[in-house]
Amino acid sequence: MATETPPATAASAKGATRKGDRIFLGLSRGSGITLLAIMAAIAVFLTWRAALAIGADEANFLTSFEWDANADPPRFGIAVLAFGTVVSSVLAMVLAVPVAVGIALFISHYAPRKLAAPLGYVIDLLAAVPSIVYGLWGALFLVPHLTGLYTWMDTYLGWTGLFTYHGGAARSLFTVGILLAIMILPIVTNVSREVFRQSPKMQEEAALALGATRWEVIRMSVLPFGRSGVISASMLGLGRALGETMAVATVLSPSFLIKASLLEPGGGTFAQNIAAGFKEAGSTGRDALIASGLVLFVITLLVNGAARLIIARRKEYSGANA
Amino acid sequence: MAKRIDVSGLSAYYGSFRAIDDISMTVEPRSVTAFIGPSGCGKSTFLRTLNRMHEVTNGGRVEGKVMLDDEDLYGPGVDPVSVRRTVGMVFQRPNPFPTMSIYENVAAGLRLNGDHRKKDLDEIVERSLKGANLWNEVKDRLNRPGSGLSGGQQQRLCIARAIAVEPQVLLMDEPCSALDPISTLAIEDLIGELKSRFTIVIVTHNMQQAARVSDRTAFFNLAEVGAPGKLVEIDDTERIFSNPTVQATEDYISGRFG
Repeated sequence: MATETPPATAASAKGATRKGDRIFLGLSRGSGITLLAIMAAIAVFLTWRAALAIGADEANFLTSFEWDANADPPRFGIAVLAFGTVVSSVLAMVLAVPVAVGIALFISHYAPRKLAAPLGYVIDLLAAVPSIVYGLWGALFLVPHLTGLYTWMDTYLGWTGLFTYHGGAARSLFTVGILLAIMILPIVTNVSREVFRQSPKMQEEAALALGATRWEVIRMSVLPFGRSGVISASMLGLGRALGETMAVATVLSPSFLIKASLLEPGGGTFAQNIAAGFKEAGSTGRDALIASGLVLFVITLLVNGAARLIIARRKEYSGANA
Repeated sequence: MAKRIDVSGLSAYYGSFRAIDDISMTVEPRSVTAFIGPSGCGKSTFLRTLNRMHEVTNGGRVEGKVMLDDEDLYGPGVDPVSVRRTVGMVFQRPNPFPTMSIYENVAAGLRLNGDHRKKDLDEIVERSLKGANLWNEVKDRLNRPGSGLSGGQQQRLCIARAIAVEPQVLLMDEPCSALDPISTLAIEDLIGELKSRFTIVIVTHNMQQAARVSDRTAFFNLAEVGAPGKLVEIDDTERIFSNPTVQATEDYISGRFG
C-alpha cells in the first residue's frame, strides 16, 4: 500500500495528465503572466515618461513650489502636492478611524441583532456612493456649512497656528480631510467589523469569566485580536484617501502654496492636480503630471509596506498562533 | 475562602428550549464535585449557570435559585460581573489571552479589580503560578506570550489566572479533554491540591477522572434527544461508582450506554 502510493502522487505532481487539468493550468498561468506583463508595461511607461519630464525640469522636482510644466523652460515641483496629499489623507484617517472602530464595535458587540444588520447595510450603501457625488455634496453642502466650525476653531485653536481662519469659502485641506474621512469610513468600518466578528469566543469568555465588563472584554480580547486588522483597514482607507480624485477636485480651491493653517483655502493633491491639469497640458506638461503620479504610486507603496511591517512585528502576539 | 453552593429548582433555557430542568443540589465547600453524563445532558449548561455565564449566550435565561452561602446569585440587583469575580472558571480548551505575556495573563483578573501595585502583583503572580504548578517551568520567561506554551501548560496558566483573583468557587468545564495523558495527570494532581482552598466543580466525560479526583459525583441524564437534562442522582463518588441508587447511573458508569 505505502509503496504503491508514491508513484501515483509523483505522476500527478509532474504535470497535468488530464485535459481539464491542462486547460486550467494554462488559463491560470496565462492570467498570472498577463497580470505581470500589464504591471511591467505600466511601470515602464510611467518611469520612462517621468524620466523625460524630470530631465526637462528646470526647477527642483522634489522641493519646488511651482507648477509651470507647460512653460518654456518647464519649471515644476511636487512639494505642494505631496504636502496636500499626505496632510489631507492623514487628517482623514485620524478623523475616520476612531469613528469607524466605534461603529464596527457597536455592530459586532453592542447592537442587538435587529439593529446591527440594517446598520451594516447602511454602511455598505455609503461605500457604494460614487466619489463625484461626495464631491458635489461636499462643495454644495459641506463647504457653506463649515464656516461656523472654522470660526470656532479659529477662536479656540487658532493659537496653535494650524487652525487660523480669515473668512471666505471653506475650500481648504481641512474640508477635504473631512470629506475624505466620510468617504473612507465604510471600508475601514467594514473591514474592522469583520475582524471583530471573528475574534475568538474562547478569549471573550475567558475575560467574562474573570469578571470583565463588556468594555473590558472588548479591551482584553477583541481589540488586541483585531489590532492588526484595524491597521490593515486604516491603510486600505488611507490608500483610498491618497488616490481620491474627483471629490477633492470638486471641493478644494487649489493653489501652489503651502500654508501653515489647514483652514485656509489652497494647496493641492497629486490626483486632484492631474485631473485638473491633464486636458490643458502639453506634452511636457503631461509627462510632468505622470511623474507626479509616479510619486503618488511610490507613497502608496511605502504606506502599504509600513502597514505590513507593523502587522508582522506584532504577529507573535496576535491571535494567529492562539 | 471557599463557599457552599446551594441550588434549588434551577431550570435553564436557550430561547424557548429548556436545556436543564428543575435541578437541586448542594455542593460542599473545599471539596471536588464532578458532573458526569452523556453529551447534551446539560451538565456544561448547568455549570455555566453557577457563574451566570449561561445568560451571555443568545437567548440564555435561568429560572430558580443559586445560593452562594447566603447570597442569591440571581437575586435582584446582583451584578453578574461581580458574581464572576467570586466564581472562577476554567474552560474546555486552554484560552490564555494570546496578546498578553504569561505574567500579564495571570495578572489580568487583578487588573480588572483595579489592583495595579507592581509589588503586590509580582507576589500574587508568583503565588498563583506556584499554585498552578507552573512556576518552575515559566519563571524565566514570564514576559513571553502565553500562547507559546504547550497545551497542558496553557491550561495550568488558565488555572493560575483563575485562582489569582482568589475566587470562592472554581468551575472547570472538561479541563483535560484537549490534553494528553501526562498533562491530564498534572491537572488532576493540581485539582487535588486546590480543593483545600476552593470549592471545585468539574465537568468531565472521563469517568475514571471523576472517580480519581472527586469527592462527590452528580450524574445527569436526558430522557431523549431534545428533552431537557435532569439530575439523576448525586452522592459520594465512591458510592456512585460502586453502588448507585438508580439503575441508569449504573448502566452509564458500567458503559452500557453514553
